[in-house]
Amino acid sequence: MMISGWGRYPRQDCVVHDPRSAEDLRGLIGQRPLIARGNGRGYGDCAQQPAGTVSTLRLNRMLAFDADTGLLVVEAGVLLAEVINAFLPRGWFPPVTPGTKFVTIGGMVAADVHGKNHHRDGAFGRFVAWFDLLDGTGEVRRCSPTSDPDLFDATIGGMGLTGVILHIAFHLQRVESGWIRQTTLPAPDLDTAMRLFEDHAEVRYSVAWIDCLAGGRSLGRSAIMLGEHASIVDLPEPLQAAPFGTPRRKLRTLPFDAPSGLLNGLTVRAFNAAYYRRQVMKRGLQLVDWDSYFYPLDAVGQWNRIYGRRGLLQFQCALPLASARAGLIELLEAIAKSGQGSFLAVLKRLGGLPGGAFSFPLDGYTLALDFPVSAKTLALMERLDAIVLAHGGRFYLAKDSRMSAATLRASDARVPQFLALRQAEGAGAFASSQSERLEL
Amino acid sequence: MTADPVLIIGGKSDIGLALAHRFAAAGHPIQLAARDVGALVTDKADIELRHGVAVTLHEIDVLATESFAPFLDGLPALPGTAICVVGLLGDQARSESDPAAATLTFRSNFEGPALLTGLIANRFEQRGSGTLVGISSVAGERGRASNYVYGSAKAGYTAFLSGLRNRLAKKGVHVLSVLPGFVDTRMTAGMDLPAKLTAQPTEVASAVFKAVGARRNVLYVKPIWWVIMTIIRAIPERIFKGMSI
Repeated sequence: MMISGWGRYPRQDCVVHDPRSAEDLRGLIGQRPLIARGNGRGYGDCAQQPAGTVSTLRLNRMLAFDADTGLLVVEAGVLLAEVINAFLPRGWFPPVTPGTKFVTIGGMVAADVHGKNHHRDGAFGRFVAWFDLLDGTGEVRRCSPTSDPDLFDATIGGMGLTGVILHIAFHLQRVESGWIRQTTLPAPDLDTAMRLFEDHAEVRYSVAWIDCLAGGRSLGRSAIMLGEHASIVDLPEPLQAAPFGTPRRKLRTLPFDAPSGLLNGLTVRAFNAAYYRRQVMKRGLQLVDWDSYFYPLDAVGQWNRIYGRRGLLQFQCALPLASARAGLIELLEAIAKSGQGSFLAVLKRLGGLPGGAFSFPLDGYTLALDFPVSAKTLALMERLDAIVLAHGGRFYLAKDSRMSAATLRASDARVPQFLALRQAEGAGAFASSQSERLEL
Repeated sequence: MTADPVLIIGGKSDIGLALAHRFAAAGHPIQLAARDVGALVTDKADIELRHGVAVTLHEIDVLATESFAPFLDGLPALPGTAICVVGLLGDQARSESDPAAATLTFRSNFEGPALLTGLIANRFEQRGSGTLVGISSVAGERGRASNYVYGSAKAGYTAFLSGLRNRLAKKGVHVLSVLPGFVDTRMTAGMDLPAKLTAQPTEVASAVFKAVGARRNVLYVKPIWWVIMTIIRAIPERIFKGMSI
């Protein structure tokens, strides 16, 4: 079966299993390498393996919830959207959420996803109390900070390479409403944007959309969006009676692939300029429903088709605080010069809280960019890789589809340690196309 | 919640579980009945957690007809709606030469479901209200070489449901016959089904939920199946017998 990640590049013919139980799954562990796959929202080839890709989508039951502590136990294939649907009406929200709610909880652990609150709260793994992991010998191991702690650490952000996550217990956070108080602040250049992030470090959620095609004095022109969960008293009176009754958004789906050239320098430049003006006009405080705030792109099903049949590349790096400014300027200059503007470019301050042994985030800034797949953009990304390496940064494996093994090693001193744990666990049982490419 | 409980017989099947979720989402307490019902404890937790309704589990073997009355007596309450999803595709080739295999298919698809549905119907009639839903099959619309043992049992069940509906029409009890076409379930796993004609269990569940609300009599889950079966039924026998479909 031909499968790919959300970027639809690369596509590979994979044997896909969809077990209904842990027992079915255990029967698959053996000679051929396997990789677990959730809902296919990783962008590249992190959740595909021609020899055996194990879909967890049928392992999707919620098992237990403790309303005193907010601890929820689920099977790995439960979608974040299902958790929100079930628990937001009861006053609970995920402690960390990526930019789409169509991810599985297992995938959130494997990628140790971060959200707009990373600078304050850290990544998803910090809210995981324990999980059950099916290891390479077919044994199920309960991992937590106190039981099998090394395996626990390596699995959070370990991209499924330590085994198949079966069950996860994680903490939800209490919220009083389904609304977010959003403040939009325009930043005419990069220095202003970075200063705004630092000035608002105490705000729970913060992210900036950044115009990658703006150069010169406008380099790094951004709209910073800050957010806090609205309390009951923040809501206008008519909403106070039903604080979780946010409007249901209509899902519109892109019915076909756009022509591959649709997103070019010209259209992206026009879009970005218009979007910036719109954000500037919206400046100030607004009440936004959770779905529109956290998941604006989820409103368009299959939005990845806008990049045409050849697919899209995501580039996401993290730069340490000390070199972030210089690195971002070089990256933005290289992108502006190439004219390969990114339609969706996001800048965000990451915090210093520790994640898993191989997690992506570090104390600094992350920049995420989308590009249509082409020889030109692939070449551009090689140049961006070099800039990131020169500034001591690293790359997000959940987004990667083309990095080289050498680049990974140059970017991340933790590789040998991760490999050692893989060896100790019998590395042969689990491998993705990505791990083979990266020689992990 | 004041919604009536919904009894689902065949609760372990993909369609049965999808129905349980759909009705639970509307606030109905769920009574899940199946053989070896202990295997459903995680599904019980899942439905309760997601939808905030009570789920009870009840052991039933549709081949053990003498157990039907005690089974119904043991329910926490007589349900407002009862849905029978029980079915067994069986092995046509084996059933042609092995009477025991054919008998199992007949009993699992017709005798058991019909007798149980009938007993529930009596209780609903006595109460003067209730909705009975029987999941039959388009395979019962006309016997075909590839699955006529299963098909004839489903034909029997379809006729039984139609008779019940006729009998109870003036008694406040409604009967809905559901004729799904292909459904992507454990029963059809590994078969090469045409995507456009194949429904997901959740689609079946939504269609049934709506049809119960609208008091429909006969439901083809995908409307295209009504067209297909109307054509198949209209083909003259002398032509039909030479066809392989």
